[in-house]
Amino acid sequence: MRIGVFICHCGENIGRTVDCPAVAEAAGRFPGVAYAVDNKYMCSDPGQNLVKNAIKEKNLDAVVVGSCSPHMHEKTFRKACSDAGLNPYLFEMANLREHCSWVHEDIVEATKKAIDLTRIAVEKVKRNVPLEPIRVPVTKRALVIGGGISGIQAALDIANAGFECVLVEKEPSIGGHMSQLSETFPTLDCSQCILTPRMVEVYQHPKIKLLTYSEVENVEGFIGNFKVTIRKKARSIDDTKCNGCGNCAQKCPIKKKAFSEFDEGLSFRSAIYVPFPQAVPNIPVIDRSVCTYYQTGKCQMCVKVCGREAIKFDQEDSFITEDVGSIVVATGYKLYTIDKKLDDSEIKGYGEYGYGKYKDVIDGLQFERIASASGPTSGEIQRPSDKKTPKKIVFIQCVGSRDESKGFSYCSKICCMYTAKHAMLYKHKVHDGEAYVFYMDIRAGGKGYDEFVRRAIEEDHVKYIRGRVSRIYEENGKYIVKGEDTLAGKSITIDADMVVLATAMIAQPNASKLAQTIGISYDKYGFYNEAHPKLRPVEVSTAGIFLAGACQSPKDIPESVSMASAAAAKSLVLFGSDVLEREPTVAHVNDSVCAGCFYCQKVCAYNAIEKKEIRDRHGNLIRTIAYVNSGLCQGCGTCNAVCPSKAVELIGFNDEQIYAEINAL
Amino acid sequence: MKIGYYPGCSSSGTGKEYDISLRKVLNLLDVQLEELNDWSCCGATSAHATNHLLSVALPARNLIIAEDQKLSEVVAPCAACYNRLIVTQHELETNPQLEKETSELLGKSVRSGISIINIIELFVHIGKEKITEKKKNDLKGIKAACYYGCLLVRPFNITHFDDPEQPSSMEKIISATGAQAIDWNYKIECCGGAHSFAHKEIVVDLSRKIIDDARLHGADVIVVACPMCHSNLDMRQRAMKNHQEMPILYLSEFIGLSLGIEPKELGIGLHFISSDSLLEKVGSKE
Repeated sequence: MRIGVFICHCGENIGRTVDCPAVAEAAGRFPGVAYAVDNKYMCSDPGQNLVKNAIKEKNLDAVVVGSCSPHMHEKTFRKACSDAGLNPYLFEMANLREHCSWVHEDIVEATKKAIDLTRIAVEKVKRNVPLEPIRVPVTKRALVIGGGISGIQAALDIANAGFECVLVEKEPSIGGHMSQLSETFPTLDCSQCILTPRMVEVYQHPKIKLLTYSEVENVEGFIGNFKVTIRKKARSIDDTKCNGCGNCAQKCPIKKKAFSEFDEGLSFRSAIYVPFPQAVPNIPVIDRSVCTYYQTGKCQMCVKVCGREAIKFDQEDSFITEDVGSIVVATGYKLYTIDKKLDDSEIKGYGEYGYGKYKDVIDGLQFERIASASGPTSGEIQRPSDKKTPKKIVFIQCVGSRDESKGFSYCSKICCMYTAKHAMLYKHKVHDGEAYVFYMDIRAGGKGYDEFVRRAIEEDHVKYIRGRVSRIYEENGKYIVKGEDTLAGKSITIDADMVVLATAMIAQPNASKLAQTIGISYDKYGFYNEAHPKLRPVEVSTAGIFLAGACQSPKDIPESVSMASAAAAKSLVLFGSDVLEREPTVAHVNDSVCAGCFYCQKVCAYNAIEKKEIRDRHGNLIRTIAYVNSGLCQGCGTCNAVCPSKAVELIGFNDEQIYAEINAL
Repeated sequence: MKIGYYPGCSSSGTGKEYDISLRKVLNLLDVQLEELNDWSCCGATSAHATNHLLSVALPARNLIIAEDQKLSEVVAPCAACYNRLIVTQHELETNPQLEKETSELLGKSVRSGISIINIIELFVHIGKEKITEKKKNDLKGIKAACYYGCLLVRPFNITHFDDPEQPSSMEKIISATGAQAIDWNYKIECCGGAHSFAHKEIVVDLSRKIIDDARLHGADVIVVACPMCHSNLDMRQRAMKNHQEMPILYLSEFIGLSLGIEPKELGIGLHFISSDSLLEKVGSKE
């Protein structure tokens, strides 16, 4: 054999602790190695050319690069090999950075280890065989999970490019949190005015299939070929008959039993309801937990007033399956639960602020509803307790965020901006009112953002106090806010009429469950993990699935929309080709050895093992054996490990190759 | 149940009645106290305001004594003693340099592993059920404000006791006596602590705010778990102008009343502020 070995310094990353020329020199003496050299940056253009030229000039038939991890640059070097006419699977990588230089200090020992690692790779590559990628067809349809602004944007972009899109939303209407907002920073344009046209566009788009009040139940398959099961929750309404006249909701006798989710508990809704007047679709749902008919079997007022016989009390959840090629996850966020501790979670609560105890201590979304023209007070700033106009209002930032003792160490990113907006909206509506903001830092990075905060301070005279609030309690109808002014070095007490808490943005409560259903990873807070924090921010480690918006981390509207368009673009890249190439390193069953015990099927996490019947020439069944669906197989090797008769081989990592690696040590 | 007992200096001085009442109550609740032999002062505020090594070495000496007596659990009824002992354990575990210096100074090192508990934790261990079982005098109708002060719940990452901002364990114990624990705003505010000696006016001001808030929420009595808090809230009421007196009782005294122990035996007569109004309601006489 004529193997070429290339040792990378990775700038100083490897070169600092490993004597790279010595490793190259040692590698040159390995049996089978025809050429060995070291280089400052193997991944650079000159570095790659070194490989390409050597393959041609030295007539190499296999290549080993000792550098970083395969995760980082295996693709790069495989491509360099194939550009030079060598099958890319006749290439192996020795990880001299993560496995060696980064974790060791002693140069002599680290160099010895690097030589060992290189020898292992050389022994492996000797037993490699040329492989061809597996080709699978692409279903050119997308699934978007979540109908907030991110999901809406992603669905519209995909549909406008001419591809079909299924949009699934768990609530009765699309629109998400953005539909609840009053005005948006930093331009103060009305949130509903810019959002509702988009919602209607989604509803009317011929390429978008909108499924509201629905949830993703199961996902099977792989990139280009997902099969998704969706549960359509029973609305108790025949949506083909309902014309959204609203008579049912108006006549529903349940008036003060259920809090409106849309108004964040600041108003009531009926048992049969549309969450808000601009809801899309404008079709009601029945909340069975409060509806008199479901509770007692009587009433049926809605049936009487519905002229179109659309009420269907006996409707049940139904399931539909959709074939899609890509999935965009845009499930958004929730606000921190400040009123109570949850037993099984890290959330500690903020009982000392009296949220849940005092009616006029509210959270940011509740203030949005109060300030919104479509809200419970028609946009007039009033205290929830007695409808009086608060003359002194305190806003507290970082409630939960950046507070490890309460469970979250991250910054929620948008609170500085929306608090400035809240204080501004308050001052615009209550001219003689006083607004105070307690802050830790003001993080106003973004176009026009810092200017916006300055405007709140300088033009609207919002009083910013740098410090934390220790406690809020009620005394003689006032809320006593005790805090610290860290710039003045004094404690400060404010007798406020109302307090608004900028609570942390947290992951949806069922985020981890959905992640497990789809097969994506999430961090300790339940936010979904991107494939690479800088270079692959909208992809996840599972191919064909993309992220958009606040399900990945706290984000504001412009960022969510950009990310949604990026996720849509990534889907469209996928739809640009008719077939996909997948790694050929999958499991393979040797028909003549397999005994048909199907242990492999039991352990396979990807449902990739199928049954295959072996028949004689007369069509009589001889045996049933295992068969690997190479489209589904992820090459994890679990089947290979459990097979008692050694019938399963993992291509590219077979026993002979692995033993050669071990023996090289 | 047997438990190690670190009385602390105030138990023989200003907080004598705390020690007296605690011993009586625990006796009735079948808890045997084993006092640390030849224990010394924990150093309190004075030591850690003077010298860091001293402030660790003093409690460390007592921890070593407890180890020598093979105690696994030690109760320190004084909040400051409790805090110093548990903070010392933490510092010795996390600061090897300090640990080395301390062992050199004492000629012996702290092996740790002893559980230091405060008086509230002790009653939580004993259990509400036990108090209810031994109850002779139902304190129904009494409204009590449970006062924690600063040192019992802080710093949380060391004490790991209750919720540092919204503690509620004392209220749960109090409810076993039949009394009603009120919801109020000042239960973890500072009483002024050792400023009582050099800056009396600060303590008068802070303590007054605490007492006023308790009264505003209808309290008949403030129940405390710290001799420093007790002396500030009790002794400094005389210096408050236009002030209506509020009885201040130790948690052990309060529980003692419900167990039917005579107020005099609990040392209630040793306070500056008379508890007559309260005792009348309870139905016992000082």
